[in-house]
Amino acid sequence: MPTTAPAASAALAAPAFADATASDRALRRFLHGLPGVDTVGLEARAASLGTRSIKTTAKAYAIDLAISMIDLTTLEGADTPGKVRALGAKAVNPDPTDRTTPRTAAVCVYPDMVAAAKEAVAGSGVKVASVATAFPAGRAALDIKLADVRDAVAAGADEIDMVIDRGAFLSGRYLKVYEEIVAVKEACGEARLKVIFETGELSTYDNIRRASWIGMLGGADFIKTSTGKVGVNATPANTLLMLEAVRDFRAQTGIQIGVKPAGGIRTTKDAIKFLVLVNETAGADWLDNHWFRFGASSLLNDLLMQRQKLSTGRYSGPDYVTVD
Amino acid sequence: MSTVDSSSSRLSVLKTYKLYVGGKFPRSESGRVYEVSDSKNKWLANAPLSSRKDARDAVVAARKAFGGWSGATAYNRGQVLYRVAEMLEGRRDQFVREVADAEGLSKSKAAAVVDAAVDRWVWYAGWTDKIAQVVGGANPVAGPFFNLSTPEPTGVVTVVAPQESSFLGLVSVLAPVIATGNTAVVIASEQAPLPALSLGEVLATSDVPGGVVNILSGRTAELAAPLAAHQDVNAIDLTGVTDDALAKELEIAAADNLKRVLRPQPVDFAADPGTHRLTAFLETKTVWHPTGSLGASGSAY
Repeated sequence: MPTTAPAASAALAAPAFADATASDRALRRFLHGLPGVDTVGLEARAASLGTRSIKTTAKAYAIDLAISMIDLTTLEGADTPGKVRALGAKAVNPDPTDRTTPRTAAVCVYPDMVAAAKEAVAGSGVKVASVATAFPAGRAALDIKLADVRDAVAAGADEIDMVIDRGAFLSGRYLKVYEEIVAVKEACGEARLKVIFETGELSTYDNIRRASWIGMLGGADFIKTSTGKVGVNATPANTLLMLEAVRDFRAQTGIQIGVKPAGGIRTTKDAIKFLVLVNETAGADWLDNHWFRFGASSLLNDLLMQRQKLSTGRYSGPDYVTVD
Repeated sequence: MSTVDSSSSRLSVLKTYKLYVGGKFPRSESGRVYEVSDSKNKWLANAPLSSRKDARDAVVAARKAFGGWSGATAYNRGQVLYRVAEMLEGRRDQFVREVADAEGLSKSKAAAVVDAAVDRWVWYAGWTDKIAQVVGGANPVAGPFFNLSTPEPTGVVTVVAPQESSFLGLVSVLAPVIATGNTAVVIASEQAPLPALSLGEVLATSDVPGGVVNILSGRTAELAAPLAAHQDVNAIDLTGVTDDALAKELEIAAADNLKRVLRPQPVDFAADPGTHRLTAFLETKTVWHPTGSLGASGSAY
C-alpha cells in the first residue's frame, strides 16, 4: 500500500486539507472523523423538500433550467455514430417545433464516440462529456484507465466522467482511490472531471459522505452519484448528502464543486424536486449548468412534453417527441 | 346504504369508493370528493371528484397498457372479457343494489338491467376474434398481389359514459372499445358513478391488465375538456355528453390531433347493439403482397 503523499497535486486541489491526504492513515482518520449521517433526518429532509409546489411561471423557469442542465446520455453497447449524431442534434435543438427551447448542457458518450459527438454539436456551445476509466465497473489497471482518459481528451472531450475504484473504497484503501482521482485529474488537462461514486454500491450514507470528500480533495470539478448501470441510482437523499458536502467544502476552502445526479430521474416532477434540493441546500450559486447537471436521457422528453403543455395548454404525448 | 340496525351492536362498514387507474385504486390526486345521492336525494356515498391531473395519469396508464393489450391475441382478449362477465355474475347482488339505488329502479328491474349487462359482456367477448373477419379480409385487386385488410385498434379511447344508464349503458360503451384492443379512459356518469367504480373492482380481479380500463368519477365537463384536447388520446366517445354546446367544444378540441369522435346520439341500451361501436374505434391496415408472375408461369395460388 503506498503511503507517500502525492503532495504537489493535493496542495493544488485543496491546500487546507493537505494534512488529511498525507498518508493512508491520515486520510482514514480524516474520513472517519467526518460527522456521521443521520439517516432518518436526511431522508425526511429530502422528502420534505420534495413536497414544494412549483407552478406556472416558476415551473416554466424550472423546466428551462432543467433542460439546460441535462447531460444527454447514451451509454449502450449498441451505440452507433448515427445514434450519437441524432443525440447531438437533439441536444442542440431539443424541440424543433419551438426554437425558444434551451440547449442541453452536454452530450455524454463512450470515448470512442467522442469524435462523432463533437462533430454533431460543433459550434453550438453544447459540450461533449465522455465516460472513461473502464466505465462502468472501473475494474482495470490504472495505466489502462489513464489511457482511456487521454484517448477521450485527445478526441476532444470537454468533460470526463470517471468512476472510482469501489473495490478499493469498500476495502478501506482510501488513499488508492484518492491517488487514482488525482492521476485522472492530471490526465484530463483542460477537461473538467466528474467523479462517479456509484452510490448504489457504497451501501451506507456515511460511505457516500466519505467518497464525496475523497473526490473533492482529489480535485474533482463535479461529484456524480452513479453510472445508471446499477439498481439504485440518484435519489433525493444521496444527492442532498452530496450537496451538503460541496456546500461545506466551499465554506472551508472557497472552492466550488459541481454535483451531478445521474440515473433514474425520468420525470419533470423529479427534476424539479432536485432543483429545490440544490437551491435549499447548496444555494442559488449552484443553479447553473456549470455547477449542476442531470445525467439523463428519457428525462428530456418528459421536460419537453411538460414545456409543450405549458405553452399550448394541452397535454402532449410521446408521439410529439423523438424516440431515442 | 343501510342504516345501523338499533338492535345490532355492529357498526356499519361504509365503503370508500375510489378511482380505478393503472390497475390500482387511488383517491383523486386533488383529494376532493363529492356527494352521490340516490334518485330520492338520499346520500349514498362520497365519490372521488377527479381533477385533470387524474385524467392525465389515466391516459399515461392507458398508453402504457396499450402495447400489451392490443398485442394480445383476439382469442385471449375474448377469454379475459368472458372472465369479466363471470366475475360480474358473482357480484350480481351488489350491482343490483347499486343500480337500483342509482337509477331508482325496483329490485326486479335492476336485476334485469344487471343481467342484460352481464350478457352484453359475453356478447362482446364473443366478438373479439370475429370482428376481423367481418370488417377485414382479402380485397380483389387488378394486379398480381394479395391485398389484405385487417382492422387494428385506434389506441387510447376516452369514453364519456352515459349519464342515465349508469351500468348497462357503461358496459355497452366500454366493452366494445376494449374488445377490439383499445385501452380506455372512462368518465363515469356524473350523478351515478358508483356502479362504474365498483366495475373497476371487478376488472381488477378478472385478468384485465392494469391500465386497459381506467375509471374516473367527477364532473363530466371538467374531465372531458382536457381529455378531448390531450394529444396522446386517439379517440373520444361522447355518448354521455348531454350538453350540445359542450359536445361541440369537445369536438373542436378533439379535431386538433385528428381524434376519432363518436358523436352523442340517443341510444336504447336495451336493444341489440349491433357492431357499430366495435368498428367506431378501428383503423384499417391494408397490406399489398406480391404473388409473383402469375401470368407467365400460369400458376396460381
